[in-house]
Amino acid sequence: MEPDLLIKLIILLPLVGAAINGLVGLFLPSHRKKEGLIGAIAIAMVAIPFFITVYLFTGFHGEPIVVDVFSWMKAGDLSIDFAYRIDQLSLLMTLIVTGVGGLIHLYSVGYMHGDDGFWRFFAYLNLFIFMMLNLVLGNNLVVLFLGWEGVGLCSYLLIGFWYKNLKNSAAANKAFIMNRIGDFAFLMAMFIIFKELGALDFDSILAGGPGMDQTLINWAVFLLFIGATGKSAQIPLFTWLPDAMAGPTPVSALIHAATMVTSGLYLLARLSPLVLSAPSIMAVITVVGALTAIVAATIAITQNDIKKVLAYSTVSQLGYMFLATGVGAFYVAIFHVMTHAFFKACLFLGSGSVIHSMHHVEHELEHDGHGHKLDPQDMRTMGGLKKYMPATRMTFLISTLAISGIPLLSGFFSKDEILFKAFEFGFDGNVVGWFVYGIGIITAFLTAIYMTRAYVLTFEGTPRWPHADKIHPHESPWTMTVPLWILAGLAAVGGYLGLPAVLGEVNWIHHWLAGENGPVAEYAVNGHVSHTMEWALIAFGSLVAILGVTLGWKWYSSQGIGFDTKLESRFGGLYKLWKGKYFLDEAYDKAIVRPVIGSAYHAFAPFDKYVVDGLVNAVGFFTRGSSFVLRYMQTGLVHSYAVAIVFGVVLIIYLMLF
Amino acid sequence: MNIPFLTSIVIFLPLAGAFLTMLARTENAIKWTALGVTLVTFGLSIGLYLGFDPAVSTAVTPQLANISSSWFPGQFDIKYFVGIDGLNILLIMLTTLLGPIVVLSSWTYIGKNLKPYYTLLLILQTGVTGVFASFDMFLFYIFFELTLIPMYFIIGIWGGENRIYAALKFVLYTLVGSLLMLVALIFLGYAAGDAVNAGVFTTDWYTLVSYNMPVEMQGWLFLMFALAFAIKVPLFPFHTWLPDAHVQAPTGGSVILAGVLLKMGTYGLVKFCLPFFPNAASDYAMTFAVLAVIGIIYGALVSRAQTDAKKLVAYSSVSHLGFVVLGIFAFNTEALQGAMIQMVNHGISTGALFLILGMLYERRHTRDMADYGGIATSVPVLTFFMVLSVLASAGLPGLNGFVGEFLILIGSFKSETLASPVLIALATTGVILAAVYLLYMVYRMFWGTLDNEENANMKDLNKRELALLVPLAVLMIVLGMMPGPFLAKSEPAVQHLLEVIETKKAIGEAGVTAATEVVLPAQISE
Repeated sequence: MEPDLLIKLIILLPLVGAAINGLVGLFLPSHRKKEGLIGAIAIAMVAIPFFITVYLFTGFHGEPIVVDVFSWMKAGDLSIDFAYRIDQLSLLMTLIVTGVGGLIHLYSVGYMHGDDGFWRFFAYLNLFIFMMLNLVLGNNLVVLFLGWEGVGLCSYLLIGFWYKNLKNSAAANKAFIMNRIGDFAFLMAMFIIFKELGALDFDSILAGGPGMDQTLINWAVFLLFIGATGKSAQIPLFTWLPDAMAGPTPVSALIHAATMVTSGLYLLARLSPLVLSAPSIMAVITVVGALTAIVAATIAITQNDIKKVLAYSTVSQLGYMFLATGVGAFYVAIFHVMTHAFFKACLFLGSGSVIHSMHHVEHELEHDGHGHKLDPQDMRTMGGLKKYMPATRMTFLISTLAISGIPLLSGFFSKDEILFKAFEFGFDGNVVGWFVYGIGIITAFLTAIYMTRAYVLTFEGTPRWPHADKIHPHESPWTMTVPLWILAGLAAVGGYLGLPAVLGEVNWIHHWLAGENGPVAEYAVNGHVSHTMEWALIAFGSLVAILGVTLGWKWYSSQGIGFDTKLESRFGGLYKLWKGKYFLDEAYDKAIVRPVIGSAYHAFAPFDKYVVDGLVNAVGFFTRGSSFVLRYMQTGLVHSYAVAIVFGVVLIIYLMLF
Repeated sequence: MNIPFLTSIVIFLPLAGAFLTMLARTENAIKWTALGVTLVTFGLSIGLYLGFDPAVSTAVTPQLANISSSWFPGQFDIKYFVGIDGLNILLIMLTTLLGPIVVLSSWTYIGKNLKPYYTLLLILQTGVTGVFASFDMFLFYIFFELTLIPMYFIIGIWGGENRIYAALKFVLYTLVGSLLMLVALIFLGYAAGDAVNAGVFTTDWYTLVSYNMPVEMQGWLFLMFALAFAIKVPLFPFHTWLPDAHVQAPTGGSVILAGVLLKMGTYGLVKFCLPFFPNAASDYAMTFAVLAVIGIIYGALVSRAQTDAKKLVAYSSVSHLGFVVLGIFAFNTEALQGAMIQMVNHGISTGALFLILGMLYERRHTRDMADYGGIATSVPVLTFFMVLSVLASAGLPGLNGFVGEFLILIGSFKSETLASPVLIALATTGVILAAVYLLYMVYRMFWGTLDNEENANMKDLNKRELALLVPLAVLMIVLGMMPGPFLAKSEPAVQHLLEVIETKKAIGEAGVTAATEVVLPAQISE
């Protein structure tokens, strides 16, 4: 079949699914209860594009295919087309989006069963896939931006999915607005590029971009990076992501772990030749990434809400990816995007499975009238779940080990490659490389600890919910466990796509993305790290991970949550800082939100009312006041006119005579 | 299909319809007459849209023109002269489209004095269409003033509790500007007459454009014209009549006000201020751009502080039209095209917002956001249209608002006249602020628990209301995804207008002498 038609199908089908489920559900309430039909449509509209992508992937010859669908807008020199680009990078991203996306759709059929908004949920989910595909397949920055803001919209709709609770809606607003701050920078970057190059398609940007004035390159890359910090939750714009956990858990897995939040990395990889020509900004990127990684990891250690742990973990892992991007290892960042999509989606879905069954416990407790309140996401009232949920536990464990970087699992390969690239960058004479390598190692240790803590508190030990002897949670249905197993499998073996070069095997992902025809550029290293050194680094990295997992296991399985108090007393103020999430929300509230909103209420609105409009009314009042006097000149009464005439005549005669 | 006098028919059919409604005896007859007339007018205007060929369009040669001979031959070159060009076709379409929508929106909203209401509505439509279609400044002025009277009564009679104040403010404020413009116009007519029309006073737009006014004369005349239009837009700081008028006006009035009346201001800037006084316009471009950007930010912040939903949307117009004015004074095709399409976009999305708020007002008789809350549960379909309109208004890509804002901003950024990245960056923050105040409104009114009995018992949209919103929703998506054909209608005219301005500016800078002449394409005679 023609690739043209296939690409159009890939993009269009999810939109069709969203339109059917959304509009039919909206206007035909009887449709809303047909969960099987709704789910089948939604899954098909992601699964078909997935299989088409697999077909295109296997037959791909290395030359990018560009499909120009139709002209979007044209004015003066600006000409933007709905054009899509199939190449190594977009194919890989599309596979992740539709593959992981499809599994999460399947999972959601079980997870969302019985929810009033079942139809709405799947309409939003399909719409999200459509927008995400525009983001990764678009052939110019504006179509990418359409997807970029579009996924932001879906994120808004899904975070606030349970809109009856205003807290969720507030979290949705926060996510949308913080993303818009990033989008503001993205827009400015486009303005600069268009002014200089007169075009916004990738070929033109990559051909002409590196030739722009250095200051402008720096500005453009910096602004694009700020845009990326919004979407991909980096310092300073990451605080929306933990709040975004208000959405249903499959959403957290799909949007806030596997796909949308990696958009920023995709953007920088897509424009990697341009990014490479702004070395000073790359230093900023890698430092911001490293700092985000460690800041989020330290917060993750202190969290008791299972989803919050995973949320901060996501922020931290995204930090790793930016760290890699900033040292010019774009393909490694994308490699980690992929492995992270596997294990983090699995972890989130696993947590969803746990929450699902803890809800059951909560209901039982209410039903029995024990009067206990239970937060189904709080790990302090979990424990011992491995007995009741073997599949969830096993997949969660595999993914925990994978993210911790235990050798031979996927996270090990991608994280190790990131750290190696940072080391190499330092070895090449860039001091910043050493700095981020150090932070990366510490963060790896912390990652192993907080993930093991989460696993142990949830699944090991003895149950801690009330009446645990009588009330038993259940394993989730197959629609939920099948995706878990598939993702856990990928989390285990997915790393073999990027075997380190020192093994002498082909590093497939490097070859694919940054090879001869590959679209992704990379930093050219001058001094090579010796093989012995490379092996030593691998061994050191593995040791750190194993040590972290072992210690975490020992501390938390023997002392449980009580170990947190030990940490608290050991680290004191530092721990308070972590527990308080570095008080960033409070700081933003004090420094930005309240001044802006406060000035709107207490400065701008009164100014408008009393000064601007006051002046207008004053003019009106003055006019009325003067007319109050002047109107005696025109009363319409004949006798008063007669009196005036007489006076006038007298006055004139007086003036004439004297 | 070639209907003679089609342009004139589209202008005056609503006026004829106004007489018909006066004759109608029953309430239903009045309503159906008004609806029928506006629908037929819209149908006929499609003939204008199809008949207008942008390929042969320049800014100064109207097509489908209807011209009379001079009303005062030899003394004053004033005549009836209407036509279609790339600058007005979209706005005329917007006006005729909103016609039936406004009539339908008033169907149950207006409960008293139906006859004068619909009569005035139809007269108003003739006025607005005439403003856009006029190629004679005197005729333009008549239509411009004609729109004031029906709007005055619509606000003053069918408005809210403070309607008299609002109506008076609206009329007086506009009148102050337009009287200044009249003085400037008379001056311009004589000056142009002396220079290029054998000493005969002229208000013919074509002749006025071909006249090169000495630079030192342009300043004051430009300001007098621009002030009249700035009040109409409204540009900060001349905007305070707008929230009052919007809040007090009935839904139909608000829709017309936001949809097309404000566009008379931005249209006037493009069509008259720029080509008549090109040197002054570019000298003052920065001033107006700064006021526009202040308006964008200021309007957004004041909007956020409102408790009255209608007032919030009214202030959002100040912010949105700031973008349009910015685009106009950037003097390049991208930005001006953005401004042209944004005029239409704002009419559609803000029109939809006012319609929806009107529907809620009909149900709950309150505009205070605090009286709502959680109504997404009771009125899901209404909520869908609300969220869609809000997103369109906030400039989400894929919907109409984005196209206009993006073109305006990207064009203004590369503008050589403005050449201020910082100013455009400030303008772009409007994109963030729009999300802040619009999402706040949705948050307050639609999300949360439904704890008020009256809110819980609200009925969702009926068929009539759906018929109002569906066309606008479709247009939001079509204009967002495929604005190409619409942009193509105005692009040649916009480009030509900018060329004319450029040429005249160069002549003005070189110093105008009797011999200098702008070469314009021949004016179409019929």
